[in-house]
Amino acid sequence: MAQVNLRNVVKRFGPLQVVHGVDLDINDNEFVVLVGPSGCGKSTTLRMIAGLEAISEGEIAIGDRVVNDLPPRHRNISMVFQNYALYPHMSVRENLGFSLEIAKKPKAEIDKAVDEAAEILSLTDYMDRKPGALSGGQRQRVAMGRAIVRHPDVFLFDEPLSNLDAKLRTQMRTEIKKLHQKVNSTIVYVTHDQVEAMTLADRIVIMRDGYIEQVGTPLEVFEAPANTFVATFIGSPPMNLLTGRVAADMISLEGGLKVAVPDQYRANVSEGQDVVLGFRADNLMPVGHAMPMEGAFAELEMTVNLSEPLGTETLLFTSIADKEIQAKMLNPRPVASGEKLSFQLDLTRCHLFDAETQNSLRSN
Amino acid sequence: MTRFRLPAWFALLLPAIIVLAAVVLIPLVLSLYSSFTSYRLTRPETLYNWIGTFNYEKAAKSAHFWSAFGRTVLLLTIALNLEMLLGLGLALLVNQVTYGQRALRTIMMFPMMFSPLLVGFQFKFIFNDNVGLVNNALQSIGFSNVAIPWLVDGQLAFFSILVAEMWSSTSVFAILILAGLFAVPRDPIEAAKVDGCTPWQSFRHITLPYIMPFIYIALAIRSLDVARAYDIVQIMTNGGPARRTELLWTLIGRTGYVDAKMGYANAMGYISIFLAIGFTIFFFRKLNAARAELGMGG
Repeated sequence: MAQVNLRNVVKRFGPLQVVHGVDLDINDNEFVVLVGPSGCGKSTTLRMIAGLEAISEGEIAIGDRVVNDLPPRHRNISMVFQNYALYPHMSVRENLGFSLEIAKKPKAEIDKAVDEAAEILSLTDYMDRKPGALSGGQRQRVAMGRAIVRHPDVFLFDEPLSNLDAKLRTQMRTEIKKLHQKVNSTIVYVTHDQVEAMTLADRIVIMRDGYIEQVGTPLEVFEAPANTFVATFIGSPPMNLLTGRVAADMISLEGGLKVAVPDQYRANVSEGQDVVLGFRADNLMPVGHAMPMEGAFAELEMTVNLSEPLGTETLLFTSIADKEIQAKMLNPRPVASGEKLSFQLDLTRCHLFDAETQNSLRSN
Repeated sequence: MTRFRLPAWFALLLPAIIVLAAVVLIPLVLSLYSSFTSYRLTRPETLYNWIGTFNYEKAAKSAHFWSAFGRTVLLLTIALNLEMLLGLGLALLVNQVTYGQRALRTIMMFPMMFSPLLVGFQFKFIFNDNVGLVNNALQSIGFSNVAIPWLVDGQLAFFSILVAEMWSSTSVFAILILAGLFAVPRDPIEAAKVDGCTPWQSFRHITLPYIMPFIYIALAIRSLDVARAYDIVQIMTNGGPARRTELLWTLIGRTGYVDAKMGYANAMGYISIFLAIGFTIFFFRKLNAARAELGMGG
């Protein structure tokens, strides 16, 4: 059990700098997910914690120890790799017990730990098979089992579910969550899938281009994105963004629309400021198909270009000034392309960003 | 009247059959047959003199044959093991090189580009007791003040041949093992590092099983090579002095072409072939086992 602290961590590959001074404190027993698009430096950061990449600058501490110069084997960590990284010439049992075998633990202790892990991950029936004879989900479980037998200080997961099919992914996600409750240990988890991040994390770290964009609980990053990048990255479908200019407590948006400046932002905008208005599909609903809500609404008349029925709700694709806007219809009825509907935009749940810095104008 | 026509499958196979018969089948049958005769190259009519298994019995009782056989097995064992270890070391070193690796790999293959005959001549010169490099060097730095008879003393000559053999062929192992190292996936090695392995342990438990198939392929190829070793020995010592470096094929070659006893030579040849076949089967079994270990199927 240990906390992990990153201080101004920098990674360079030759002249190319890929991680630019990351600061992050991960608490004991916390489940932290690093999320971001490909190439954002999340895997590199994880690999630096693991000791598989050298740290170019800065400091990483696990527990009370600075581990910059320690090889992976002295860091007391376990890692689950994207491609499972099982040892193909060893049976499941040998794979699970390998780290303990290397540590020269007594046979009885190894057997006990391996059986325990196999029990937790329901691998008991496959113990004598080689990895080649296992399905993807089973291999993933072996990889996880190999990580938990050692009772490490920190678990590191590097996109562990990205090679599984959708159904298995959901299932394994639940198992990882259960596992965290069972083994009670610090977990750093890397993924590019924001749904995984939202469902698993105690705290989410959103990265882009080697910088941390925001750190917060899933709800925080969803409800109060720090900038337009986080706003569009977290949540599905992505947040709708429209640029506009503040004029007399109103925002004139592209396409000639005007909406009132949401109350919660009124104090933070100045006359003539260029802003970006953000709102989620959940907050733009056709009149009569939304949950009745208290609040301030703007009414918009828009043509539906396309509809995607999802069963309990339907996604409606419309456009404002050639920009695609997504809305949600609850209690859906069939909607034909080209149908004109009037929509309600819930202003209390809108977000305002500065057009220049792309940062949120929320006061905090 | 219908013209007789060959069945289509036979007509299509015929060119291949003719070529194979000409270059493989007929020589094979002829040599096998001649091993049961007292055939001497100088007296062609002896080809029809059937003597049964006499040649085989003679070889089986011949001390010369069995000492050559034993020496060949010894050379094969020592040379293959040392070449494998050196080649493995070389491959591991080259694998670590990041800059100029291509050039190194090419340079590494230079010894393979020389004819074994030339290698033989070169090492005959290097080990020459009067003008050779080795003796000159040893004398200059004061290790010895006598002319060490590298190619005359039985054991030293064997050693000298071994050195020449290794010089020319270690790179075969290095190249094949290097190919194996390139094929080792990075993930399991990293997993082993995280699992607590020292560099030696990750090599021993992860890398080595991955490259074992490549090592066995190299061993199989090289065992055939060494089992038919002839040229280097022929040039350096001609099996001598007094048969002290006699290998199977120098013995067989001399019996067949110098003594002209082709029937007897063929009989010894057929016995020797089993040596090569035996080693090949052995290494291929090992290869399949190593591949099955990795889940690559048989």
